[in-house]
Amino acid sequence: MSPMHRTARRGLAIASTIVLLIATAACGDDGGSGSSRGNVPGVTDTEILVGTHMPLTGPAAAGYSKIAPATKAYFDYVNANGGVHGRKINYKIMDDGYNPANTQQVVRQLVLQDKVFAILNGLGTPTHTGVLDFLKTNRVPDLFVASGSRSWDQPEKYPGTFGFNPDYTVEGKILAQHVKTAMPGRKVCFLGQDDDFGRDSLAGVEKIFGADGVAVKQTYVTSNTNVAPQIGAFKAAGCQVVVLATVPGFTALSIGTAARLGFKPQWVVSNVGADHPTLSKQLGEAAPLLEGMIGGNYLPMQNDTANPWIQLFTRINKEHNGNAEFDGNTVYGMSVGYLFVQALLAAGKDLTREGLLEAVGKGGFQGPGLVPLRFSADDHSGYGGERLTRVSGGVQSYFGPAYETDEADGAVNEYTVTPVQPPANGVPTGN
Amino acid sequence: MSATSAATPPQERTTAAAGRPGDPHRRGSTLLRHLAVVVVAGLLLLGVSYVVEPFRNFQLATVAAYLCATAGLTVLTGLNGQLSLGHGALMATGAYTVAFCQNAFYDRGVTGGSLLLVSLAAAIVATVAVGAVVGVAAARLRGPYLAGVTLAVAVVVPALTVTFDGVFNGEQGLSVPVEPPPLALGAYFPYERWQLWIAGAATLLTLLLLANLVRSRYGRTFRAVRDDEVAARLAGIHVARTQVLAFVVSAATAGLGGALLAVLAQSVSPGAFGLTLSLFLLMAVVIGGLGRLAGAFWGAVLLVALPDLSHSVTEQLTLSAAAAQRLEGNLPLAIFGITLVVVMLVAPGGVQGLLSRLGRALLARLRAGRS
Repeated sequence: MSPMHRTARRGLAIASTIVLLIATAACGDDGGSGSSRGNVPGVTDTEILVGTHMPLTGPAAAGYSKIAPATKAYFDYVNANGGVHGRKINYKIMDDGYNPANTQQVVRQLVLQDKVFAILNGLGTPTHTGVLDFLKTNRVPDLFVASGSRSWDQPEKYPGTFGFNPDYTVEGKILAQHVKTAMPGRKVCFLGQDDDFGRDSLAGVEKIFGADGVAVKQTYVTSNTNVAPQIGAFKAAGCQVVVLATVPGFTALSIGTAARLGFKPQWVVSNVGADHPTLSKQLGEAAPLLEGMIGGNYLPMQNDTANPWIQLFTRINKEHNGNAEFDGNTVYGMSVGYLFVQALLAAGKDLTREGLLEAVGKGGFQGPGLVPLRFSADDHSGYGGERLTRVSGGVQSYFGPAYETDEADGAVNEYTVTPVQPPANGVPTGN
Repeated sequence: MSATSAATPPQERTTAAAGRPGDPHRRGSTLLRHLAVVVVAGLLLLGVSYVVEPFRNFQLATVAAYLCATAGLTVLTGLNGQLSLGHGALMATGAYTVAFCQNAFYDRGVTGGSLLLVSLAAAIVATVAVGAVVGVAAARLRGPYLAGVTLAVAVVVPALTVTFDGVFNGEQGLSVPVEPPPLALGAYFPYERWQLWIAGAATLLTLLLLANLVRSRYGRTFRAVRDDEVAARLAGIHVARTQVLAFVVSAATAGLGGALLAVLAQSVSPGAFGLTLSLFLLMAVVIGGLGRLAGAFWGAVLLVALPDLSHSVTEQLTLSAAAAQRLEGNLPLAIFGITLVVVMLVAPGGVQGLLSRLGRALLARLRAGRS
């Protein structure tokens, strides 16, 4: 037999084997998908699998890496108390390093491979923006995104996505309103992250001051840790107030760089970059530079030991989080966990993805927040306002009333309703 | 380039035999053989796409996209002797071109499955243009200077996307709208299977063309220039032109690879195409087996499997949360580095060199046993 002949016959054999293989596989596939219909991904009688993407490493890891462990600790606490409708919550945390390219990978792994029931509290504006479409096409509930971008609030386009943080535009308006009334006539400047985070925040500030009211506007990118040019521009322009829409690492970097350049403006910082313990740790010996910094927040202050929510979260942190250093990120993570358990309870015993989204869309959740959550059928943004904080004598505390406003031209109003008390055993009860 | 010389001798023998001039029968069978391999691989891929889970489909599609780039790089570095540390940037060029094209079509309301082909072609054209410019510069440079220039490209291109954020949308990047699979395949056709089909088809076509190129007159001039430029010039080969050609070919495949990655992720951001990608590509090619297309395949598999592997390793270990986080972020780098060192020490021909050595040893033993 000639070698050519042999090769041809061998090739034919291989090809026919493959064709047979495909045929059987195709048949098997059809049968398989038929029987699995009706099952809810990630939900069994005893467990709910939920996933998240978090910057455990990389430029935004400072502070933020503590959020997901805190949420997990709260779930462990709930699980130890019998779970939700008899199901235990299993929270799978994936590191994306605050790199949008990694987020694409890890969220696909969570949805396609691990078959999570929902994505909870995925962190970051640039990172999470990239997976909105993917989560929508796979009909995965995308709850309580850890960011205040206005992209989450598009019920028509992304019916399965709900935010958690106050809109950055809402926040920008509240911060700017305070600057306008408490420090009239000062020269106001703005440093924002070069994505929707910074842009939305600037939009809010400009709603109060007008487009010409902000003297110098600068941006930064997380891949470049030199902010001296931006801070230098502020100094050269004689800025007296600088509004920061920055992640904690870059808040610390900006304040540190300014001190090196001998520039001491009034800092007014977004809630996502204003947690005092995180910033103190970043600045180390230079922590006193934070004195006088004004920030926003909407959850109980971590050092307010008289607050029953803080007492509850401190206890859970001790029992289920290895007594990790307790800061604003811990409070945030546990508040997310509390809200998710509320949503699960509201969705009822027959847990489905549609049922969960419907329950969240009905709104009406009362929790640790100082301002109301805005969830409704046509509003998917999270908390609707903020209260201001100030660092004084090395202690961050609230001052003045809480405010709420919209992301359009509505006025900034005081919000006076007192927050609810936590339930006695720390686990929300179903209605 | 000790790795190159160590890796090549067995290859030289086969190619010399396959491409001997004046042997029409042999030459004809080269194309046929490549075609047959591609058809079999395509059928195999088709079968696999039905058997495995959607996430594996997505991973395989990612392997295919990386394979486009590593195959081109292995031709450039392994066969033409030009070192490029900038292929990640060339992939970014292709990726952003696809993003621009798809967004332009989408904004104008133009839809249709074949538009993706137009966008992919545009990505190749754009990368060829960039590759030609870099290639002309590269043809004048040798050794560390060449590495330096390509390294600069790798650093500059992602930085450009951040500097001109009005066009590239900074680190957040652009979304890449891609049509769902055609309805003819059924309403519930898994999207990831469709992605694997697209990426697999493009990559197999690329591999076919590259394999033929390598076995052709051009492939021989590539190798001649790599082995001895003076001798090549004496033999009538235009050295600079050959080097530019090799660079352009390799850039085109990198551009296609990047474009496929963008289509798979439905988004493009500079974080995906940083300096580490360029270095990883080169390491993957060396570990796989420099100068061999099959080696490029192992390299691409490694690029996709490694982050996954390190994640499961850190999951297995019971570490404190902080230590686990730090480990997981850096483990892929460490594993990659250690693997590179081990492979260079134990098997300078890379994974593919090792495999073919094993295969030959096995064959020899079988023959010995039979006689």
